[in-house]
Amino acid sequence: MTTIASTLGSPATATSHHAGLAKSTLTVTRRALLRYVRTPQLIVLATVQMSLFFLIYRYMFGGAIHIAGLPYVDYLVPGFIATGVLFSGIGSSAAMAEDLEQGLIDRLRSLPIPRASVLAARALADTALVAWSTAFTAAIAFAVGFTLHGSALDGLAAFGLVIVFGFAFEWLFIAMGLFAGNAQAAQGMGMIVFPLAFVSSAYVPISSMPTWLQVFAKHQPLTYMVDTVRALTLGPHAHALLGHPSSYFLTRALIWTATIIAVSLPVAIARYQRG
Amino acid sequence: MTPTIEAQGLTKRFGKAVALDGLDLVADAGQVVAVLGPNGAGKTTFVRAVATLLALDGGALLVAGQDVRKRPAAVRRAIGLAGQFAAIEPAMTGRENLEMVASLFGQNRRTAKATAAAVLEQLGLVDAGDRLARTYSGGMRRRLDLGASLVGSPRLLLLDEPTTGLDPRSRIELWDAIRRLVNSGTDVLLTTQYLDEADHLASQIVIVDHGRAVATGSPTELKRQIGGEVAEVHVRNSRDLGTVAEMLGRIDAGVAEIDEATRRVSVRVDSRGDGLMTALRSVHTAGIEIDEIAVRQPNLDEVFLTLTERQPDTDRAARTARAAA
Repeated sequence: MTTIASTLGSPATATSHHAGLAKSTLTVTRRALLRYVRTPQLIVLATVQMSLFFLIYRYMFGGAIHIAGLPYVDYLVPGFIATGVLFSGIGSSAAMAEDLEQGLIDRLRSLPIPRASVLAARALADTALVAWSTAFTAAIAFAVGFTLHGSALDGLAAFGLVIVFGFAFEWLFIAMGLFAGNAQAAQGMGMIVFPLAFVSSAYVPISSMPTWLQVFAKHQPLTYMVDTVRALTLGPHAHALLGHPSSYFLTRALIWTATIIAVSLPVAIARYQRG
Repeated sequence: MTPTIEAQGLTKRFGKAVALDGLDLVADAGQVVAVLGPNGAGKTTFVRAVATLLALDGGALLVAGQDVRKRPAAVRRAIGLAGQFAAIEPAMTGRENLEMVASLFGQNRRTAKATAAAVLEQLGLVDAGDRLARTYSGGMRRRLDLGASLVGSPRLLLLDEPTTGLDPRSRIELWDAIRRLVNSGTDVLLTTQYLDEADHLASQIVIVDHGRAVATGSPTELKRQIGGEVAEVHVRNSRDLGTVAEMLGRIDAGVAEIDEATRRVSVRVDSRGDGLMTALRSVHTAGIEIDEIAVRQPNLDEVFLTLTERQPDTDRAARTARAAA
């Protein structure tokens, strides 16, 4: 203990008693990322599963779905990739609940650091994971015949937007994980992903759905996000297929993005504060 | 010097369950205080309140002289918490875990490294320091967790059931680590279900039950209150239970308890055992067959019965009745 006392009593630490928001967020983010990197089976399994689903859509269902004037793969990829952020979200919700369950959050909450940093760290680390899986799916997509009809710059913008959408949804899933309290319940609550993912324009055109479903499908956030990505990757085909210019979808997708963050973030922080 | 903890009339409910029901507690500086109580007594709720992890419904709580509600940040700077679960990241090494906490205390990289090295040394984890924590044994995890709570060199260390679930050897190792800390001047508040743990580590014991403090004192004072020992007679035939209970009941005007399921009669006796000898002689004379006789320290249940002056535990009577049915 004498060694600890002398180390801790040194002038370097006597002046600072806690880390600020940026430093503590990055420190906790590093921990979450290390956990992913050092438990590779988590990422490998998730990636393999996603690739399999992608190939099933591409080669099994793809033959039965006809999109006028466009190969199905070019229609599917933006939908599949944008929807992917929801499915990664289930994982972050479970990870958040697990941290809570295992007491790590108690330790972090008992430290003199800004409380938002722990949640921000979770959002950042899991957004990094979204970036990884988006890049991976895109690589597979190109390998099985996906082409960008617009410019490469538009393609990059689409990639960036998917990450932004992912970041917004992370806050929703973090809030869910905090409310669920344990990983299994969090997985169960993750079921809300299914109506969002399937009752959207992600896999099939909305016009093929019953009218009452179309109302929801047309206006829900994921459809606007998917169609924003489409507008950027389909180039000249986009307007004919989607009926609006890309700015139409972009503004709506961004409004949804802001709304999701504006609602989920304070709810998550309030829940975290309460303990 | 201000007391480390001053709690007055703390209350906390979770839905209908009352976790704290007017708990009063004062922990003086320079002491190890053990909060002793059964599961559900409110021990963990109390520690979480001290650690600013939950909002109290009522009462006043000062930690290191600071109000937990008004100045939680100041309280957090004064405490280190090691909860019931080893709150460490299994996918990081022991050293990385400690460095993470150190950098959250605002230490720069070099200082954080030095702190981590010092804590590993202190807790005898130097050899395992660079292994991932998920390869650690249960005892090592707890020690690392304890280490993490020391990184901020807290004035008050909060240990919530630090040895629950550990094997005897790891338990003793952890006790040694805690004792060394105490010698170096850290105040400790620990919760435990084990009387011997409180006895080994604490200079002040607060017995908590149903969310209230029911007794406070040094281990010696409390033992004096509890007094004596418990004699258990294990009979061969359950039809003899009544007779034996009646004979043992004459000792020191004690009330003999019958446990039908295990064919055991137990009674409180004083340490000299004169009354017990007499009673056993009459049992022998009556020709009752006996499997085993044991004299032991009162267990926590019995301590509680004495200190809370409750009638023999109704739960246990119910259990016994069910087992017999």
